[in-house]
Amino acid sequence: MLRSTLLGFASIVQTMPGLALLALFYPLLLALATLTSQWFGVGFSAFGFLPSVLALTLYSMLPVLRNTITGLQGIDPALTEAARGAGMTARQSLAMVELPLALPVIMAGIRTAAVWVIGTATLSTPIGQTSLGNYIFAGLQTQNWVFVLFGCIAAAVLALVVDQLLALIESGLRIRRRIHVSIGLLGIAVLAAATLAPSLTRTKSTTIVGAKTFTEQYVLAALISHRLQAADLPATTREGLGSNVIFDALANDDIDVYVDYSGTLWANQFHMPELKPRQELLSELKATLARRNITLLGELGFENAYALLMPKTRADALGIHSISDLAAHAGKMSIAGDYEFFARPEWTALKKAYGLSFRERRQMQSDFMYAAVASGEVDVIAGYTSDGLIAKYGLTALDDDRHAIPSYDAIVLLAPQRANDAKLRAALQPLLGKIDIAVMREANLRATGNGADSSPATVARWLWATINEK
Amino acid sequence: MSETSPLVAFSHVVKSFNGGRARGGNVRAVDDVSFDIAAGEFLAVVGGSGSGKTTLLRLANRLIDPDAGTITVAGEDIAGIDPIGLRRRIGYVFQSGGLFPHMNIAANIGITPRLLGTPKSEIAARVDELLDLVQLDRAQHRDRFPHELSGGQRQRVGVARALAAKPRIVLMDEPFGALDPVTRDALGSDYRALHARLGLTTVMITHDMTEALLLADRVAVMHEGRLIALGAADELSRLDNPYVGELLGTPRRQAERLQATLSQSIRL
Ligand SMILES: Nc1ncnc2c1ncn2[C@@H]1O[C@H](COP(=O)(O)OP(=O)(O)OP(=O)(O)O)[C@@H](O)[C@H]1O
Ligand SMILES: [Mg+2]
Repeated sequence: MLRSTLLGFASIVQTMPGLALLALFYPLLLALATLTSQWFGVGFSAFGFLPSVLALTLYSMLPVLRNTITGLQGIDPALTEAARGAGMTARQSLAMVELPLALPVIMAGIRTAAVWVIGTATLSTPIGQTSLGNYIFAGLQTQNWVFVLFGCIAAAVLALVVDQLLALIESGLRIRRRIHVSIGLLGIAVLAAATLAPSLTRTKSTTIVGAKTFTEQYVLAALISHRLQAADLPATTREGLGSNVIFDALANDDIDVYVDYSGTLWANQFHMPELKPRQELLSELKATLARRNITLLGELGFENAYALLMPKTRADALGIHSISDLAAHAGKMSIAGDYEFFARPEWTALKKAYGLSFRERRQMQSDFMYAAVASGEVDVIAGYTSDGLIAKYGLTALDDDRHAIPSYDAIVLLAPQRANDAKLRAALQPLLGKIDIAVMREANLRATGNGADSSPATVARWLWATINEK
Repeated sequence: MSETSPLVAFSHVVKSFNGGRARGGNVRAVDDVSFDIAAGEFLAVVGGSGSGKTTLLRLANRLIDPDAGTITVAGEDIAGIDPIGLRRRIGYVFQSGGLFPHMNIAANIGITPRLLGTPKSEIAARVDELLDLVQLDRAQHRDRFPHELSGGQRQRVGVARALAAKPRIVLMDEPFGALDPVTRDALGSDYRALHARLGLTTVMITHDMTEALLLADRVAVMHEGRLIALGAADELSRLDNPYVGELLGTPRRQAERLQATLSQSIRL
């Protein structure tokens, strides 16, 4: 009874996509942490390590449970009877006869789980746990295939090594060679220590710069770290965070600083229904954030707004310059957006304001979208105004003549505990108001691809040099 | 031999198994069986396949509990005894061998002493002694695993294991079934000598009527869950139960047929 309940539960967990499970754990733990700090006065960080470990543990349950049960059930009843006949207690029979006999099947389950978990662990990047997924997420965003491949291959090699170490332990247990078991355990301990060491040794005084999962965020995080280090403030970046995770992480002091966009916070974080003019929105947002002890340090100087984009030549040919013009043609057209867009309030607002209704709607990885619209595979995309690919592919942003989409000023946010940190503020001050849309587009374009000078750090240095020339 | 009170006594013991089928699946494996075994007695149990012999043995060391009736060992009702301790005091040879495949022969033989906390050196010495007893070469067999042994060798290890903790009572379920006739005969008489020397009380299930008559003091005959006869060879032959008669007659009939076959082939 208990067994089938457990197995059923584990199976359900297993069918959940790894990413979803990991993403679910963050708000869950966050709520729990809030409760414990209210009740017992001690909270814990719901960010990064803890949710990853818990979610992955759950995820590994099924193969381990199932194989343990199968292994134990597969034992010849004559042997368990012989164990009882020899005078073993139930526990002795389990320890001396049943578990050793089921060991190969149990170990097979553990090995399956280990390989799965190492693969799935790459998905813990968005909830703030640095992992091999950092390479994969960053690589996918900046179209750096070397990074993607490195992340994948490293994860695969790690999985194979762990699998072999577990195989060694298994064979050691079976033929009773202590040395095999010891080597295997030692190997796994060394790997675990090596992977845990970086996050454990990090000093508390380091400033943590957060970044969401797209190119511009990687570049800006690199730029901020660069400035902090120049001001003698040790900094590390925590990249590839999910946009639902990053704000809560800042509010909970799990990260210290990051760049967000005014319209995103307005609509998604605070669920404000009505749109405000740019400056009004900013000042209201600043006040709202202040109530949560978050400092809106200032704007960087550009907007990364959602915009409907088309190839300029095609738009001109059809006489489409604004979204109102587009509405008339939309019935025959297809639109593509990233995985978030069609669920965002902006899309609802656009549809309502212009009565937009497209023939077809597709979701794409944002980097492929631009190429897709340029090649005519889709007619319109919901892109970002600061994207470097706009210039590269000769796209044009359609005018939002009914002001359905809010403004998206890039703003620097500070965590509550760093609100009064004068040194930090001073280090970031030179960036405020300095980055215009043209420079940001260029930086984003430079950060795309495999070349050595396309790394976020290199581009960040270029960006710093460029804004100081002016 | 039976001047003292019985060491093992069954009294109106019933054991049924639910055959799994909803209707008529109830098997009365042991049906109202009563008998006594005196200390030092060697009892053989014979009977057709499925007649309840193994069930009888399993009841005696509480591997299963009876539905009705009582079983006493040394005068104590075993329903009130800790089954773990009881089983460690009784040697048991399983019909299917039941050797632990992940333990070598020495570990298999020494298992019950180990459970009892006997010192390692003492267990090792005991294992060697027992290997000699069942005619297995110490050095050659001690470190082997069960799958590296022949069926007959495994059965001998099973007997050695049952004797390891120096039990007073030994229950053997077809211990010599897979042995060649020569070894079987030798081991049978060796065991009988040991039984006498150590003052054991032995219950041995066998399908071989000759073996039963030669080794045992008394023979119990099971038929469809019932104990239909119990006694020494001459007592049994005086009964006019046709099934018992047939069983008893089997060794002689076989001997006569053999004699006939042999003399025929000599004549040719
Ligand atoms: N665990 C069990 N569940 C259901 N039925 C059982 C169980 N054990 C024994 N039986 C049934 O009880 C009856 C007696 O079985 P038992 O094993 O005692 O026979 P046996 O005399 O030892 O036979 P054999 O000479 O073939 O070993 C058989 O009909 C058997 O099918
Ligand atoms: Mg049997």
